[in-house]
Amino acid sequence: MTDDAGSAGFDDWMDALEAGDPYYIECANGHGSLPPRRICPECGEQSLSEEPLPDTGTVETFSTVHVPTPAFQDDAPYVTAIVDFGPVRVTGRVLDVAPEEVEHSLTVSLTSTKSETTDDRLIAFEPV
Amino acid sequence: MSGVRVAGVGLTPFGSTPDRTGRDLFAQAASSAFEDADVPRSDVESVRYGNFMGELAEHQGHQGPLMAEAAGVTAPATRYESACASSATAIRDAVISLRNGESDVCLVGGAERMTNLGTAGATEALAIAADDLWEVRAGVTFPGAYGLMAQAYFDTYGGGRVDLAHIAVKNHDNALDNEKAQYQRAITVDDVLSAPPVSEPLGLYDSCPISDGACALILVSEEYARANDLDAPVSITGSGQGGDRMALHDRDHLARSPAADEAAQVAYDDAGITAEDVAAAEVHDCFTIAEVLAIESLGIVDVGDGISAARDGYTTADGPVPVNLSGGLKAKGHPVGATGASQIAELTRLLRGDHPHSDAVDGETVVAHNAGGTVASCVVHVLEVGR
Repeated sequence: MTDDAGSAGFDDWMDALEAGDPYYIECANGHGSLPPRRICPECGEQSLSEEPLPDTGTVETFSTVHVPTPAFQDDAPYVTAIVDFGPVRVTGRVLDVAPEEVEHSLTVSLTSTKSETTDDRLIAFEPV
Repeated sequence: MSGVRVAGVGLTPFGSTPDRTGRDLFAQAASSAFEDADVPRSDVESVRYGNFMGELAEHQGHQGPLMAEAAGVTAPATRYESACASSATAIRDAVISLRNGESDVCLVGGAERMTNLGTAGATEALAIAADDLWEVRAGVTFPGAYGLMAQAYFDTYGGGRVDLAHIAVKNHDNALDNEKAQYQRAITVDDVLSAPPVSEPLGLYDSCPISDGACALILVSEEYARANDLDAPVSITGSGQGGDRMALHDRDHLARSPAADEAAQVAYDDAGITAEDVAAAEVHDCFTIAEVLAIESLGIVDVGDGISAARDGYTTADGPVPVNLSGGLKAKGHPVGATGASQIAELTRLLRGDHPHSDAVDGETVVAHNAGGTVASCVVHVLEVGR
């Protein structure tokens, strides 16, 4: 479902991703999280800063989705993965690699792509 | 502190009845529960009702009073929403209220109408149990999230699709005599392995169906049961709830369910039992891999051993600790808001001896495990007979 009013914090993060400057939120105690945040979900710390995300991460788990929600009807099948970037993990779509070649520990970089169904932007990963 | 007795249980058949409203489903379940309990409607002091997707499926919010009315009860009513753990959450609050003396009789349960949405619509509705910004917008579906957990489990602890298939086969076998089950049909390991993929490594037969249905329970205080000479031998002796981060990628473990560990520990301590006392369990097998995570969290098997428990016959009906003798979500069906309550209904019948599988339970203590989302919410209840 598309929220016409936008989602402050998340939209800003996607803008930064498209500009090639993805970041994460770091609290004063070193815990990483994804925006929007006012409070560290790990420790409650309210002193937060935006820090650059490492350029590459590794695939921690993955699944090829054959039955999507209507918003991804024309996209399926596609590979979804959880990628570990160190301070945070991120969920997104794996591009440019055959599903059977996606595996645990595959090194990828963060990028964005567009849904073939809605043309909405989404988080994606590319093999390095 | 008072004990809590299960005075009556009522279930609709689970299955595909797209034209039936949620209120009609719950009314039927409540009628059965009152008949089973021999408790007058006028004694009910609160209604606690679980439901997840009522706004999307029926354009209906504020369902508490609606369901009290449908059940013919005049009492304050509240809807509980905790994704697939909605009705267990409602039960937990009823248990707390009955124990602390605030009330003596609660009508508890839940309902879900889903099949009218169709597969795509229900897939979308279920997906909102995940984080909309960071999961749903990335294309994560509900089976997709469990596919991610299944792959993480295989990579961490081993096992594979054949092991998971044995769980589906077991649960279908268990449902053969369950007249309320959506599927009363045996399947084979080959059927599971050759079914179309949904979200790899999970296929169609690793997944619970989309279901309509309702369940109602009449829970009463120990004092009320005694004063009214009720035939209610089953008690809820332990209740626990656990929580975790919403998005799967924010969890410490992708192949475990810490919220269920926490819920089980709290419930076991509450009841004064250990995992060794558990004679049978109803667990939240929305996907085959979910049963693996559940029985490990409940301590029925060690971490890493859950994957082979069905295949090895440990959790089958003739095994030492039968799991999902109802057929589980997989074969009985999963009308989301009704599921947690239906587990209590099945376990009550197992313990009091009027369930087709009552003879399979060698003991007096059983547990229910109801999970929401990818187990960001979990509620565990302990039931005992003759205490």
